[in-house]
Amino acid sequence: MNDNNERRVVSVIVVNEASVLSRITDLFSGRGYNITSLTVAPIPESKYSRLTIVTSGSIRVIEQITKQLHKLIPVLRVYEHSDLVEKEMALVKFPITENLSDISAICNAYNGKIVNVGNDVIITMVADEPKRVDHYLEAIRKYNPKEIVRSGAVALER
Amino acid sequence: MQISGAQMVIEALIAEGVDTVFGYPGGAIMNVYDEIYKQDKFQHILTRHEQAAVHAAEGYSKASGKVGVSMITSGPGFTNAVTGLADAYMDSIPLVVISGQVPMSLIGTDAFQEIDAVGISRSCTKHNYLVTDAKDLPRVLKEAFYIARTGRPGPVHVDIPKDVTAQIAEFDYDVKLDLETYKPHVKGNPRQIKKAMEAIANAKRPLFYLGGGIINSNAANEVRDLVHTTGIPAVETFMARGTLSYDDKLLIGMLGMHGSYAANMAMSETDMVIALGARFDDRVTGKLSEFAKNAGVIHVDIDPASISKLVNANYPIVGDIKNVVVEMLKHVPMIKSDNYEPWRETIENFAQLHPLTFHEDSERLKPQWVIKRVGELLGDDANISTDVGQHQMWTSQFYPFTRPRQFISSGGLGTMGFGFPAAIGVKAASPEKTSINFTGDGSILMNCQELMTAVEKKLPVINIILNNNFLGMVRQWQTLFYDKRYSETDLSVQPDFVKLAEAFGGIGYRVSTKEEFDVALKEAIERNIVAFIDVKVERLENVMPMVPSGGSLFNMMLLEKKESK
Repeated sequence: MNDNNERRVVSVIVVNEASVLSRITDLFSGRGYNITSLTVAPIPESKYSRLTIVTSGSIRVIEQITKQLHKLIPVLRVYEHSDLVEKEMALVKFPITENLSDISAICNAYNGKIVNVGNDVIITMVADEPKRVDHYLEAIRKYNPKEIVRSGAVALER
Repeated sequence: MQISGAQMVIEALIAEGVDTVFGYPGGAIMNVYDEIYKQDKFQHILTRHEQAAVHAAEGYSKASGKVGVSMITSGPGFTNAVTGLADAYMDSIPLVVISGQVPMSLIGTDAFQEIDAVGISRSCTKHNYLVTDAKDLPRVLKEAFYIARTGRPGPVHVDIPKDVTAQIAEFDYDVKLDLETYKPHVKGNPRQIKKAMEAIANAKRPLFYLGGGIINSNAANEVRDLVHTTGIPAVETFMARGTLSYDDKLLIGMLGMHGSYAANMAMSETDMVIALGARFDDRVTGKLSEFAKNAGVIHVDIDPASISKLVNANYPIVGDIKNVVVEMLKHVPMIKSDNYEPWRETIENFAQLHPLTFHEDSERLKPQWVIKRVGELLGDDANISTDVGQHQMWTSQFYPFTRPRQFISSGGLGTMGFGFPAAIGVKAASPEKTSINFTGDGSILMNCQELMTAVEKKLPVINIILNNNFLGMVRQWQTLFYDKRYSETDLSVQPDFVKLAEAFGGIGYRVSTKEEFDVALKEAIERNIVAFIDVKVERLENVMPMVPSGGSLFNMMLLEKKESK
């Protein structure tokens, strides 16, 4: 069904009010489309919020969803990105017994560092392009990460 | 002024000029009904089912062009109304539907008659609101009416918890609407319109494809001007019936699954489709890849999401049909109507080759005859609604529509049970016209309780039941595509429709000849009481021509030539 599946990033500016998020996600779920990641935060000093949605699907359907998003009453603007700067954050928890200097060096390579040191665990943070975050998570696998959390992407057009 | 939330609802309805509300009371909406009791500015019509309340509001809206209003309670009251909301959403009918909700303190506790109403209506309304504070009510109601009637119209649902209707707050309906994110684009781009008109002037076989948006935009007069001054032939969608008068020489007919041969062939042969407020629905296009295959497409619609949704538009024009057509009219002089003469002749030949017709039968009444007969007898004097199925298609094919808003039917959603309550709403909006509902023996049972509403409010709708003892349209598909396995479509067991009507205080007739039918219709009109005319018609009549589902428009099953006896 999902011919020409392609990764797409859509940003939506919406009025920050109750139920607006479900109005938007309904358009995806109603077509059987999955949202890969979704980030929402208020835009400073305005009544709006900005959503960044990463999804995949046929161009035709994504275009249709974009138009339908526009139609929603609380939606101010929809950007379907092509040329963009995209970043994602990941927090990872490691046992303190792992090789901390190795982990720290890898974090450095991916715009990150150790952000918290406890008695039993350390927590690292990296912020980079989603693909690079994938690579980072691949690289640290052998250090037995106990927990991983990714933020979902945020993006701005160049 | 400081008033309760319930009073605000009344004041807002009055300020919006509402004269009729269709509804059904219940626990969560009682505060509002208490205020309805105390006022005399608008009438309330009590339907006997919430679904019917919304369909009646739809009929009222379609006939009058105003926003229809319906009022219901929480829980089952609301869920019963959902079909109506979905129906109005699909057919772009402006409605404001107000529902009661359990008090704020009980929301989310599985309280008695509680349901997440806005969660349910989100996908079948243009917009919806859960009002959590009475001070928001004036703004919300004003926005609701504004959103319902502007842009591409549609239903707006306002859910109000019971304690909010009791709460006292400041009411000022002169609030300025501040909808920064909702600005419908009504004026078409003049340069794009000019380019489109040039494309029409260069085309050899242009074709108007008229859709329901014309009716919503009240643009039929302008469209008639455009068609007549350009001399370009036109096809209508089901939703656009009445845009051109049935006897207009440039009207080829309805297109689509049950469209006429000439209309479907014209669409297949055209080199420039001029779509006005139409949305290339699958029942219209048939197989998309073969639809108007060699044609350029001009698509005018107020809803940008409708343009290039299914068929790519070479000239997309976002705007209100009326505005755009007025602008198009300015460029008419560049079009040479004579150039299209060969094209008009081609179409005329199509029409003569396979005219839209049916075979009379000496033994049994044909359903098409009944519709034509009502057209001969009442014509322009009747507003026509239908339910859904074979009778609906025959009505669209054979009734001589002369004006927009004359034909009221459930197009997009295809809701059986729509016709009777809609006809009640039509009669309330336009009492000077006879209100006819063509229905089937399947559909009529889906809202027959509305006999009570029609009797009580003296809204004498005449229901003409084209009774073939079948769920006819499904039966037709079973005949054609399922090897005559009539799974659950035989409706031989049915009520005595005459007695059913009489039981509610209406009148009933059972007829099986032309003479009997004429007498029954005449009497029903004279007696001015809600009526059921149960017309026994040929059981196995099929709606023809027919484009099988997913087939190409030019590949129609046609009416078999009558064998000589």
